[in-house]
Amino acid sequence: MHDMLAQPAEALTASDADAIAGAVRLSVARPGDRGVIVDVRAESHPGDHGVGVDELQRRLLEFGFVEGARVEVLHEGAIWRDPIAVRLDEMRIGLRRRDAEDVWVLLDPK
Amino acid sequence: MSDAALPGARIALVGNPNSGKTALFNALTGSRQKVANYAGVTVERKEGQVATAAGRTLSVLDLPGTYSLRARSPDEVVTRDAVLGKLAGETAPDVLVCVADATNLRLVLRLILELKAVGRPMVLALNMYDIAQRQGLRIDLEGLSRDLGCPIVTTVATRKRGIDDLVAQVESQIAAGAINPDSTWREPDAGQIRDAHREAQRILKANVRAPERPDTFTGKVDTVLLHPVAGLAILFALLFVMFQAVFTWSKAAGDLMTDGFTGLGGFVAAHLPAGMLTSFLTDGVISGVGSVIVFLPQILVLFFFIILLEDFGYMARAAFLMDRIMGGAGLHGRAFIPLLSSFACAIPGIMSTRVIDNKRDRLTTIMVAPLMTCSARIPVYTLIISAFIPNRQVLGVLSLPGLVMFGLYAAGIISALGVSFITRRLFWRGAVEPFLMELPAYKLPDPVNVLRSLFLRGKIFITRAGTIIFPMMILVWFLSSFPGAPAGATDPAINYSLAGRIGHLLQPALAPIGFNWQMTIALIPGFAAREVAVAALGTVYAIGNADAAPGALATTLQHHWSIATGLAFLAWYVFAPQCASTIGVVKRETNSWLWPAVMLVYMTALAYIAALLVYQVARASGLG
Ligand SMILES: Nc1nc2c(ncn2[C@@H]2O[C@H](COP(=O)(O)OP(=O)(O)OP(=O)(O)O)[C@@H](O)[C@H]2O)c(=O)[nH]1
Repeated sequence: MHDMLAQPAEALTASDADAIAGAVRLSVARPGDRGVIVDVRAESHPGDHGVGVDELQRRLLEFGFVEGARVEVLHEGAIWRDPIAVRLDEMRIGLRRRDAEDVWVLLDPK
Repeated sequence: MSDAALPGARIALVGNPNSGKTALFNALTGSRQKVANYAGVTVERKEGQVATAAGRTLSVLDLPGTYSLRARSPDEVVTRDAVLGKLAGETAPDVLVCVADATNLRLVLRLILELKAVGRPMVLALNMYDIAQRQGLRIDLEGLSRDLGCPIVTTVATRKRGIDDLVAQVESQIAAGAINPDSTWREPDAGQIRDAHREAQRILKANVRAPERPDTFTGKVDTVLLHPVAGLAILFALLFVMFQAVFTWSKAAGDLMTDGFTGLGGFVAAHLPAGMLTSFLTDGVISGVGSVIVFLPQILVLFFFIILLEDFGYMARAAFLMDRIMGGAGLHGRAFIPLLSSFACAIPGIMSTRVIDNKRDRLTTIMVAPLMTCSARIPVYTLIISAFIPNRQVLGVLSLPGLVMFGLYAAGIISALGVSFITRRLFWRGAVEPFLMELPAYKLPDPVNVLRSLFLRGKIFITRAGTIIFPMMILVWFLSSFPGAPAGATDPAINYSLAGRIGHLLQPALAPIGFNWQMTIALIPGFAAREVAVAALGTVYAIGNADAAPGALATTLQHHWSIATGLAFLAWYVFAPQCASTIGVVKRETNSWLWPAVMLVYMTALAYIAALLVYQVARASGLG
C-alpha cells in the first residue's frame, strides 16, 4: 500500500483506480480513518439522488473531493453512524454516507 | 472632480458561503442598504451604496454565497445570472469583487478561475486577514495576484480594515474599463472541474505556505459539539434555552404592543364617529395588523439566537446533527432552521426555506412548516386548557395542563414529520437530495453585524405584514362586518354578516366534530391569525374584551361546550390552516396558487379527521 501512496495521485484516472488494491469507499470509513482520495466516480445509486450521479460527482468535485486530496473522517452521527464529518485538506465538510459512496480512498496504514 | 463628472458604477460581491461577504457588505455600505426581491423570484436582493474618494457613487450588490457558477438553488441562479448580466431588469456589474476567506482559499480559487472566464474586471478581497495573520499563514500577495490576474486587497470586514483600499482598487478597475464583452464561461464538466482544481492547487502551493499556528480550536469544540450523544444533548439544551427566551424575554414587549394596539383602537373608536370607517380602522386595520405585528418581539428574539449561532458557525453543525433524524422523515438537514423559526411564526420560517437547494425538499418543508406550533396558537390553547383541563398533578410532579400543552406541541412536530414522510413516500419517491455542507471554522460573532442582520429581519417581517397580511385582514374584516346587523337585532352583529352566514352554512358539516354555530362563526375571523379566534369567540358569546379577561370567557365556554367539544377544538387547532397570512406567504414563495391550495386542503382534512376522532372518542368515554 505504501508504494501506491508514493505514486503521484494526479496521474490516476478512473481505470487506474480499478486496479488499486486496498482503496475503499469513503462511505464505509470510520472516525480516525485517513488517507488520500484516489477516485471520484459517478456510478452509485443511479437515478436515486434526485440530481443524477453526474451532478453528484460534480458537486463532490466542487467541494474539493478530488483525486489527490487528503481526507480524514472526524465524526459520525448518532443514528446509523450517519452523516459523517470529514476534514478535506484544511476544510471540514459534513456529508451523508450514501453521497460518499463514489469517493474512493486509499487509507493510510494504521 | 465633481459628483456629476463621474457616472455611478455597479459592483457585485461574490464568494463562498461564510467568507464574510455580509460583513464586508455592511462595512462598505454602512446603513445605506436596501433589501428587496429580485423580479419574479423570491431571492432577497441586497443593495447598498458607497462613495469613493474620487466622488463616485458605487452601488454594491451582495449576491448569495456560492461555490460555483453552476447554479443549483434559486439563490445560486441569481448569483450566476447577476454575474453573467442575464438577470431580468439588471445590468451586469462593472466590477466583480470576489470575497475570499484568506484561511480557506482552496475552493474559492476554483470559483475565481470560473469568474475570470466571465470576462469582467475583478478584485479579490482577501477577507479575515486578521485570522490568517494570527495563524501565521504566509500568503505571497504579489505572486497570487499575478497568477490570478487580478488585484488583491486584504480586508478585515468586521474591523472595517482595508475597505478604502478595496474601493480604490475597484475605482481603478473601472477607470481601466477592461471589460471583455464575450463571456467564455460555460458549465464545466467533471473533467474541467478536476483541471480547475489542479490549477487552483498549483496556485495555492506556489503562493501560500501552511499556517504556523493552525486553528485547533474548531477541532476541539467539534469533539464536543459533534459528539453523537453530547452533541445532540447540547443542541436540545440550546433549543430549550432559546424557547424559554423567546417566550419570557419577549413577553413584556409583546404585551406592551398588544396594549398599544388595543389602546390605539380604543383611541380611534373614541374620536371617530361610530360607523363603517371606524369599524374598518379599529377592527380591520388596527386589530388585524396588530394581531400579527405583536409577534415581532418573539420573532426578533428567535432570530437573535439564530443569527448568533449562524455567525458563530454552529447552525451547520445543528443541521449535521439533525440530518439523520429529519432525514428519516424525508426532510433535509437544512430544513432544521426554517422549522425552528416556525415555532415563533410560520411566516419567517417559510421565508427562510430559501436556503434549501432542491425544489422538492423546499416545498416539503414549506408544506409542513405551519404544523409547527406557532405562538399564535398559544392563546387558543391556553384558553381551552384553562376552561376544560383540570389543574391536577400527574405522577406527583407534572401538572396536567402543562402535559396537555406539551402534547399539543408534540402532536405538531410528529404530524409535520409524518406528513413529510408520507409526501416523500407517495408523491416524490426515491429522489433524496445529496447533503453536502461545509462546517465552517468557529468565529466570535461581531455584535454590530448581528444587530444589523436582526434589524434587517425585523424590517422584512414588517414589510410582509404590510404587503401580504394587510389585504388578508381587510378580507376577513369585510366578511365579518357585511352586511351589518338589522335594526333591533339581539344577536351579536357578526351573526348577520357574511361570516355568520358561512358559519351557519358550514355548521352541519362541523356538527360531527362537536362544533356549534358560534364556534363555526368564530373560525372565520380566526383566519386572520389563530389567536384572533379567542376574540371572535368573545364576540359571538357577546363577552366584551375577551382578550383582557380570558377567565370570563373560559367560564362561559365551560357552560356552553362539553369537554369533548373543547378537546375537539384543540385538536382542530393543531392542524387547521387558520392563518390567511401563511397562505399568502406560501403563494408568494412558491409563485403559484397550487401549493397554498394543497396546503389549505390537506391541513383542513387533517384538522377535521383529528377533531372527529377526538370528539367521538371523548363522547364514547363519557365526556360528551
Ligand atoms: N475575525 C474576522 N471575522 C470575520 C471577518 N469577516 C467576517 N467575519 C465573521 O465571520 C462570520 C461569517 O460572516 P458573514 O458575513 O455572515 O459571512 P457570509 O459570507 O455573508 O456568509 P453567508 O451569509 O453564509 O454567505 C461572522 O461571524 C463574521 O462576524 C473578518 O474579516 N475577520
